[in-house]
Amino acid sequence: MMIERRTPSRVLFLYANYIFLTLFSLTCLFPILHMAAMSLSSNSAVTAGWVTIWPVGFNLDSYKYIFGNHIFLQTVLVSFERLFLGVSISLILTVLAAYPLSKSNLKFRSRTIYSWYFVVTMIFNGGLIPTFMVVKETGLMDSIWALVIPSAVNVFNIVLMLNFFRTQPIELEESAQMDGAGVWRTLWSIYLPISKPSLATIALFTIIFHWNSWFDGMIYMNSPSNYPLQTYLRTVIVARDLTNMNGSDLSVIANISNRTVLAAQLFVSMLPVLCIYPFLQKYFVKGLVLGSVKG
Amino acid sequence: MCATMQTKGIRKRRFSTGAYHMMLLPAVILVLIYSYGPIMGIAIAFQDFVPSRGWFGSEWIGLDNFKYVFGMPDTMKVIGNTLLISFMKIIVGIIFPLTLAILLNEVKNVVFKRSVQTIVYMPYFLSWIILSGILIDILSPSGGIVNNFLQFLGMEPIYFLGDGSWFRFIIVASHIWKELGFDTIVYLAAILSIDKSLYEAAALDGAGHMKQAWHITLPGMRPIIVLLSVLSLGNVLNAGFDQVFNLYSPQVYASGDILDTYVFRIGMEQMQYGVATAVGLFKSIVSLIFICVSYLLAYRIANYRIF
Repeated sequence: MMIERRTPSRVLFLYANYIFLTLFSLTCLFPILHMAAMSLSSNSAVTAGWVTIWPVGFNLDSYKYIFGNHIFLQTVLVSFERLFLGVSISLILTVLAAYPLSKSNLKFRSRTIYSWYFVVTMIFNGGLIPTFMVVKETGLMDSIWALVIPSAVNVFNIVLMLNFFRTQPIELEESAQMDGAGVWRTLWSIYLPISKPSLATIALFTIIFHWNSWFDGMIYMNSPSNYPLQTYLRTVIVARDLTNMNGSDLSVIANISNRTVLAAQLFVSMLPVLCIYPFLQKYFVKGLVLGSVKG
Repeated sequence: MCATMQTKGIRKRRFSTGAYHMMLLPAVILVLIYSYGPIMGIAIAFQDFVPSRGWFGSEWIGLDNFKYVFGMPDTMKVIGNTLLISFMKIIVGIIFPLTLAILLNEVKNVVFKRSVQTIVYMPYFLSWIILSGILIDILSPSGGIVNNFLQFLGMEPIYFLGDGSWFRFIIVASHIWKELGFDTIVYLAAILSIDKSLYEAAALDGAGHMKQAWHITLPGMRPIIVLLSVLSLGNVLNAGFDQVFNLYSPQVYASGDILDTYVFRIGMEQMQYGVATAVGLFKSIVSLIFICVSYLLAYRIANYRIF
């Protein structure tokens, strides 16, 4: 262990460093805290500019309003639906594609062809308009499948999974086959149980991907009632207008405004991600090289 | 001898790769339709595409779409904006995370270090919809907290998102806000991989912490810095669609419009499918060249290979 020299200038630096880092992270956090505080404040306090990171005139009316808002709830439902369908379909496709590709060339000779078939799509894509046309031609417009199917195969995830399978000892498979297990059985009873941590990681990635997606909802969905949450939020942010406000009772209206209601909606839509992301920290470093390849 | 022959025989007989092909089939079909389909659809770029007539019925017009696009005065400006915003993001996107990683590395308190990392990392996971919603509110010239503060200081309110000269600055700054945490973690991992004995030797020779950071940490991180910056060259035409699209407005098109938003407006709003696809194709080809060059550079300079 190295002996730390504590000269006065070193001590000064360490203190300055702690103070700087604290201030810096608070700056990064500030906009989000400010949003949360606004969503819990009264309209008059927000308009007067009194709210910083602590609610002024605390009330839950904005939350009462959005949870009584039919459209908001509908879009949350659509988001959860695409989350459920998207994650399960992606996981199945990823495992099924990654397992054969993890085999050696000796065992599965077509492996190289398949690999290139997938890798090409990582480097080259058709772009906005042709993709839109294909989704339209395959009849997915305005249905939940438009949000799930076109993005179902994620080559990046397949590579992650394939690399995991490859790190497993070959004896695992050989012994299973000696005992008479076929390929499907080997995958199902031997490989799947041991890949739970990798599957969980991919599932978390996919959950965040689906929860945050908004563009596909915007171009593939015609009626706003089919919008996922993020697409709906965009219409609110851009329009800056709450068209449905007239239906609520006046006591609630007094405490809320476009700004407090939007803040509440933004905060609610952040929550699932805020709950998940601390678990993802360590996996991101592992995927560093692959991540930078994908860009 | 007999035993080995027998096992070989069993393997040969039982082992057919049919199941492997079956497993790959669903993914292969979906990729064929939704990845290769659109790649085939690039043909639209050479057509005067009319949706009602379809791919087969539309007229082939050669390179006219490209000539039309590059004849428009906006196109060059948009390419310029894209490159400028990208390069600013790349440069600032190295300096900030690098500095933060070096400063964090000096912190010995693990809980503090982890907390800073987790906080700074948070915006990375939020969508640009949420982040723009927040930015539009706090930067608003009427009642946004940033302008309230400026007025408190006796300054005039600034319309950050509606003023062309401020818009790029906001784009780069908010990009850093979102991406900082991820890059910092990457750089911290690189610092941890530097040989500890180098520091001990330097300390024995009387080098202070500043000198150690300058002469050991920075050179030790050079490969990863070179690697990340070279690889980001491949993305130079992606100036951030999600971000710009959700923050810009017609007032700032002159300084903030980028290729992807341009393609979106031509294609989805003006319904000029052929022209939009042509711009998209141009972008893909240039990106492909950049990617190849950047990987070649990464291989030459940092000895890094993907395949």
